Amino acid sequence: MSEESSAREQRTVFSLKTAEIGVALLFLAVSAIVVWDSVRVGAKWAEDGPETGYFPFYIGLIIGFASLFNLLRAALIPAEKSAAFVEVGQFKLVLAVLVPTAIYTALIGWIGIYVASTVYVAFFMRWLGKYAWWSTAAVSIGNSVAFFLVFEIWFKIPLPKGPLEAALGLN
Amino acid sequence: MEEIQSLMQGFAIALSFKNLLLMFTGVILGVIIGVLPGLGGANGVAILLPLTFSMAQTPGGTTSAIILLSCIYWGALFGGAITSILFNIPGEPWSVATTFDGYPLAQNGRAGEALTAAFTSSFVGALVAVVVITFLSPVVAKFALEFGPPEFFSVYLLTFCAFVGMSKEPPFKTLASMMLGFALAAVGTDPVTGTLRLTFGSTHLLVGFDFLVAVIGLFGIGEILLTLEEGLAFKGTSARINLRVVLDTWRELPKYWATSIRSSVVGCFMGIVPGGATPASFMSYGVARRFSKDGEQFGTGKLEGVIAPETAAHAAGTSALLPMLTLGVPGSPTAAVLLGGLLIWGLQPGPLLFIEQKEFVWGLIASMYLGNIAGLIVVLTCVPLFAAILRIPFAVIAPVIMVICAIGAYTVHNSMFDVWMMVVFGIAGYVFKKLGYPLAPLVLAIVLGDRAEASFRQAMLVSQGDMTIFFSNALVGSLTGLAMFLLVWPLLSLLIARMRGD
Repeated sequence: MSEESSAREQRTVFSLKTAEIGVALLFLAVSAIVVWDSVRVGAKWAEDGPETGYFPFYIGLIIGFASLFNLLRAALIPAEKSAAFVEVGQFKLVLAVLVPTAIYTALIGWIGIYVASTVYVAFFMRWLGKYAWWSTAAVSIGNSVAFFLVFEIWFKIPLPKGPLEAALGLN
Repeated sequence: MEEIQSLMQGFAIALSFKNLLLMFTGVILGVIIGVLPGLGGANGVAILLPLTFSMAQTPGGTTSAIILLSCIYWGALFGGAITSILFNIPGEPWSVATTFDGYPLAQNGRAGEALTAAFTSSFVGALVAVVVITFLSPVVAKFALEFGPPEFFSVYLLTFCAFVGMSKEPPFKTLASMMLGFALAAVGTDPVTGTLRLTFGSTHLLVGFDFLVAVIGLFGIGEILLTLEEGLAFKGTSARINLRVVLDTWRELPKYWATSIRSSVVGCFMGIVPGGATPASFMSYGVARRFSKDGEQFGTGKLEGVIAPETAAHAAGTSALLPMLTLGVPGSPTAAVLLGGLLIWGLQPGPLLFIEQKEFVWGLIASMYLGNIAGLIVVLTCVPLFAAILRIPFAVIAPVIMVICAIGAYTVHNSMFDVWMMVVFGIAGYVFKKLGYPLAPLVLAIVLGDRAEASFRQAMLVSQGDMTIFFSNALVGSLTGLAMFLLVWPLLSLLIARMRGD
């Protein structure tokens, strides 16, 4: 890797300060949602005791209170002290796992968990691990077959299946 | 000695062929889980919990199920030491302190000694904790029989305030994370009135967020994402343990009896008071360094530096089951998952368990003795095998672990929505961990949220909304008072430090 590209890999995607502020704001949003919905269902004292929203209402208030403090602390982080929350190189790796995982999750509902897992494991080995085709195929297919045996045959727990299992009569 | 008699009956249950087989299966699975990145005690048990649903329906099945799951927990506790010593990667947060001296020892070619010391002291710590559980838990349970809703709520309050007071994370982050757990627990049908809340019309949220899915996502996916950042290559030393090394190390261990005792006490205390295994291991490492005559050499590869954290971590991890069984308040995330399992199987953790489910309780306690012996045997004999697992390249093992997590999340309710939630929790776990929002109180709050709320509302009904009920007698008053003290402890310690500093 050239020096220039290595410097690019170490550039900051988000600073720690940005991440802290972002998360604190998310917590504030959660707090607002919880408080709002608790008031909607009733957070007061009814004739037969506390209403449904009584307990969550205070939970929401405490989240808000705590995250205001966190927000304040985050805002007071001096810019020069704010290290990188995640660097470009790290972020790429994390996305390289996260994006395929999201696609994998979408695939499970569509083509079943066994075929989706085969594709997912194969993708990892081929793309990130640079394995040869034959070992990729052996591990990814073997893995799914093993899970099939354990769950469907041994524990009799049905997992989502798709067209391939239907064609093979394994449903 | 009623306890001894009950314990013997427990051994009779635990010593059946089926249960012994489950014990070894559990321990081996547990060690593998402990060794693999992204899988640990909490999410390992969470993933395997759905597999026990059908097992628990057979007569005596709940005992077998808890034996399997608790042995996975012991195995995971043992497994953490392997990765710390051989690879300098703490497989579990509580084995971070073990790396300080364990890895240097391995680099000096003394890996076998370090591992033997770690396993043996884990065993000793666990044994002390099990003895404590055997004799203390019936007493605590009997005492807790008198508890009403206010007392139970004050125990919950104490648990959660202890997190704020003793966590090394910023207190307001602990508070935010914990309350997020309570908010997630509140989603769905109100357990008392049946009204829907926080569901926003989604049918998926009718039953709320499942803590199992949260645990799998937060600890599993989040951990994998974190591991990725640190690079993919594991460089480790190899180890072989033969009988000579084991015996030689055992001959040396009695020298460190004082460290063992101190660490066991620290561990048991931190496990029962919900501090957990991780702080216990650090604390006991610190204590050992201060008391040892060659404390300055800690960190360069002292056997004592391995013994101290391992004893404490295992003692804490084991004794975390005491409040779980007697009060229904788990002391660690894994104990919380086990508690969730009990609830799913239809058992009510708490003082009544010791009366209504005697066989279950004593079978479990007896299995703790046997399971730890099984664990010691397994790890001492199979270390090279387990170390080999870590040499599987990350590009192979990471997707396989992800698939296991996805299957685990799916089988909780047979719902794809849970798999999506797992991914969301995974991202949250990654961000929270990087920013120092602790995950343990979040998980505990999701598990205990409904029960804490129920006891709070019952107490409020009794007192007609008067908060002074939490100070109405000496017991509940001192529990609440202690909780309040722990809650403001970070503030107090800050003030004390200020005053000393100026």
